[in-house]
Amino acid sequence: MTREYETVIGLEVHVELATRTKIFCGCSTAFGGRPNSHTCPVCTGMPGALPVLNRQVLDHAVAVGLATHCEVMRICRFDRKNYFYPDNPQNYQISQLYLPICREGYVDIDVPEGVRRIGIHEIHMEEDAGKLIHCEDGKRTLVDYNRSGVPLIEIVTEPDMRNAGEVNAFLDKLRLIIQYLGASDCKLQEGSMRVDVNLSVRKTDTAVLGTRTEMKNLNSFHAVSRAIEGERDRQIALLESGGQVVMETRRWDDGAGRSYAMRSKEDVRDYRYFPDPDLPPVHMGQEYLEKIRAQAPEFPAEKMARYREEYGIPDYDIRIITASKHMADLFEAATGICGQPKKVSNWLMGETLRLLRERNMDAQDIRVSPRHLAALVELTEKKEITGSVAKEVFEVMFESDVDPVKYVAEKGLKTVGDSHLLRSTAQEVIAANPKSVADYHSGKEKALGFLVGQTMKAMGGKADPVGVSGLLKELLQNGKTGA
Amino acid sequence: MDLLSLSAVELSAAIRAGKTTAPQALEAVLAQMDRMEETCHCYVTVDREGARQRAETVQRQIESGVLRGPLAGVPFAVKDNLCTQGLRTTCASRMLENYIPSYTAEAVGRLEAAGAVLVGKTNMDEFAMGSTTETSCHGVTRNPHDPGHVPGGSSGGSAAAVAAGECFFALGSDTGGSVRQPAGHCGVVGMKPTYGTVSRYGLIAHASSLDQIGPMTRDVSDCAAVLEVISGHDPKDSTSIKREPQDMDFTGALREDVNGLRIGLPVDYLGEGLAPQVREAVLRAAETLRDRGAIIEEFDLELVRYAIPAYYTIAAAEASSNLARFDGVKYGYRARGPQGLEDMYRKTRSQGLGPETRRRIMLGCFVLSAGYYDAYYLKALQVKGMIKQAFDRAFSRYDLLLGPVAPTTAPRLGENLADPVRMYLGDIYTVSANLAGLPGICLPCGRDSRGLPIGLQLIGNCFQEKKLLRTAYTYEQAVRESIPPTPVVKLPETH
Repeated sequence: MTREYETVIGLEVHVELATRTKIFCGCSTAFGGRPNSHTCPVCTGMPGALPVLNRQVLDHAVAVGLATHCEVMRICRFDRKNYFYPDNPQNYQISQLYLPICREGYVDIDVPEGVRRIGIHEIHMEEDAGKLIHCEDGKRTLVDYNRSGVPLIEIVTEPDMRNAGEVNAFLDKLRLIIQYLGASDCKLQEGSMRVDVNLSVRKTDTAVLGTRTEMKNLNSFHAVSRAIEGERDRQIALLESGGQVVMETRRWDDGAGRSYAMRSKEDVRDYRYFPDPDLPPVHMGQEYLEKIRAQAPEFPAEKMARYREEYGIPDYDIRIITASKHMADLFEAATGICGQPKKVSNWLMGETLRLLRERNMDAQDIRVSPRHLAALVELTEKKEITGSVAKEVFEVMFESDVDPVKYVAEKGLKTVGDSHLLRSTAQEVIAANPKSVADYHSGKEKALGFLVGQTMKAMGGKADPVGVSGLLKELLQNGKTGA
Repeated sequence: MDLLSLSAVELSAAIRAGKTTAPQALEAVLAQMDRMEETCHCYVTVDREGARQRAETVQRQIESGVLRGPLAGVPFAVKDNLCTQGLRTTCASRMLENYIPSYTAEAVGRLEAAGAVLVGKTNMDEFAMGSTTETSCHGVTRNPHDPGHVPGGSSGGSAAAVAAGECFFALGSDTGGSVRQPAGHCGVVGMKPTYGTVSRYGLIAHASSLDQIGPMTRDVSDCAAVLEVISGHDPKDSTSIKREPQDMDFTGALREDVNGLRIGLPVDYLGEGLAPQVREAVLRAAETLRDRGAIIEEFDLELVRYAIPAYYTIAAAEASSNLARFDGVKYGYRARGPQGLEDMYRKTRSQGLGPETRRRIMLGCFVLSAGYYDAYYLKALQVKGMIKQAFDRAFSRYDLLLGPVAPTTAPRLGENLADPVRMYLGDIYTVSANLAGLPGICLPCGRDSRGLPIGLQLIGNCFQEKKLLRTAYTYEQAVRESIPPTPVVKLPETH
């Protein structure tokens, strides 16, 4: 049944821009301040206050537009979207409807069939709203305007995607581009990237688009996929049972794995958009666009090619490292210090990915500094610590970016070489495990591993396991000869 | 010395020369308030103690040479839609009856920095919507020249306060004539500068694309001095314009010289609907300027009859959005005992806003709503553009335009309130300057048979304030004997 239908998907992606101050005033955009501590007359809608555009917002929006092959408009303008809600202090949101900043771009994504081009209908700038806090007594609602006026861009795609895989590939690519530009950190979980899915289905033999719904509250890539599949199935089932899809906004409940209607077309609001008379049109000249274009960073494809040339690390590593601007920056800086690309990469491919997965974190969130990662590589290279100690140190670095040199010194984790202590410890282990010794002599190689482990344990891990193994072999051999 | 007979500039010169002091000037104004306020009710809030402290400080700064400007020590008033930190700012609305701003409007701050002493906030039409100062929640202001008449509006309190000697100058705001028209009705000088000349930061918006703050003064010299202080670019207002310094040397324009100046009289401004006595006075003023060497010519400005509908469409549209923030959530009036959010909005706004304000909000929402936007709002914007072009054509032939400021002298109290359309039509000679962003000045040019002042309006091209001031100054000097400036009204002792 599903096969007879084609799913048509377009997205509206809100991205919070990484500016230091808000879009129309000088207040901080920093997350998590005391309620209403990052506010002023402008972002709390005090009478007589006026907005002034933050140029950095324009720079970021233009950079995203250029990187997604959009036409950046020579003139753009802000419009007021009028609606009453307490999180919106002016009771209008400053947005762009009539003359948005960018139009008609695209992003190419890799799909199993090859490359697919996803059209971008437009990009516009707007301000975020404040946050409502409903009190537990159920009688009062408080409002925090710290988020009010935080800059956003909304990227509206053409209905060019056909399944969840394509949507995820598009979002991945878009996120990477924006992260590389430094225009946003694009975290779905934290809301700095928000995705609304517009979806309709149609019989594969028709060209006419079906009635679409808009899905909100998608807080992870996983939720996006599940919501797309759920909504597609819901619409097909509805049509198959002789029903009709209603144009409406739905809210996805990822826990329940289903969606609920929020509001239907009947109560579509009239936002009474009109040009904001407080903000003159913004004119963008060729010179300005060229300046922004020149500031564009090295994008993933270029970076991958350079890595192959410059570092000689496996393609697998390159793909993973360049899939995060933050990880790529860390890799390049750490390699620059220690000169060991493969060793640095190993830390990223191994322990880093393991810990990220384990803690359900994003590569953006890696806190290890290049200087410390390089120092750790050097410590292991010089055999000052053993591999197992290094892993232990790395885990602490992953938590709080400690200086590994200091940490190793403070905790006394330096490798103990072929010293008297190691020798006597090994002899004690041999004396304490006669069965394993006998097994070893009877040809069971595994027994040696056990003895190495016991010795390492007794040494608190501060021994080079290869060295320990050699020493044990020597002692066992001697013991046998002596016996 | 009768301090109240001095102009603002003369007063400051006397203070700086040590002939009087800022506190003495303030006390003279406060004493005049005691005589006049019961009748005229120009003020909504008077800050006697704050002003006294400020006058003392300013006096010390004048004596120590810190303050030397032409307005140092001069008591002034501002319309109650300009924010003043710590001093109640109501917009003459129940909605903001107890609203105390956390910051001061840029224009007010510049005057205070120049050493002028703020005495209080003047009455106005609610949210500057009206032409009579009768829609105020604080009650009406009466015309000092005849308390049975309105002072005009919406800056009626400021105009009346200047005319009554209850301050030496005041600030008003002009969206469709709200500085010029009450100035005309009260016999004072009022000017609306080119849009973008004075920062709107801290002016509680009526219609953002039309609003402009302007001086209301006893004579043209004071007008130039006040404008010079309040004008200039402000980065807090995106519509504020960076003008050349020589362009804003307004006091430098005060000389008697109109020789060869080409002045156009729009025939539509002199025709039907204009009271004969007003017409006569305006034409006499044109003659006076002709006698001084100006070239006077009647011409057809075109499109005049479209100005009122275009203006009310645009102003109402912007106002409907600008006034949306008054919702009872953050500050100001909140209705008691609402049932839920929607009910709180509805009750708060129904109870907190007056009928004229509500009428314009509804009109504005209508012209912006889906299906009507193109037919009304967009069309009004197109008309606005055509009106601007008509003025451009006029200014290719004339240096400035001359006409009346209002069809009649000040109406009787209550006369216009009952008929809003009649009131709207009274703005016919002033709204075009706002639609086209042009500067305009109004100054007294005589009185009608009842003794009510008649206002003469001059309109210039953008950035031509100096030409307006020079012409106004020349006229003022020419009629000095017959129409004395700064007519401080002295009410009979029985009041």
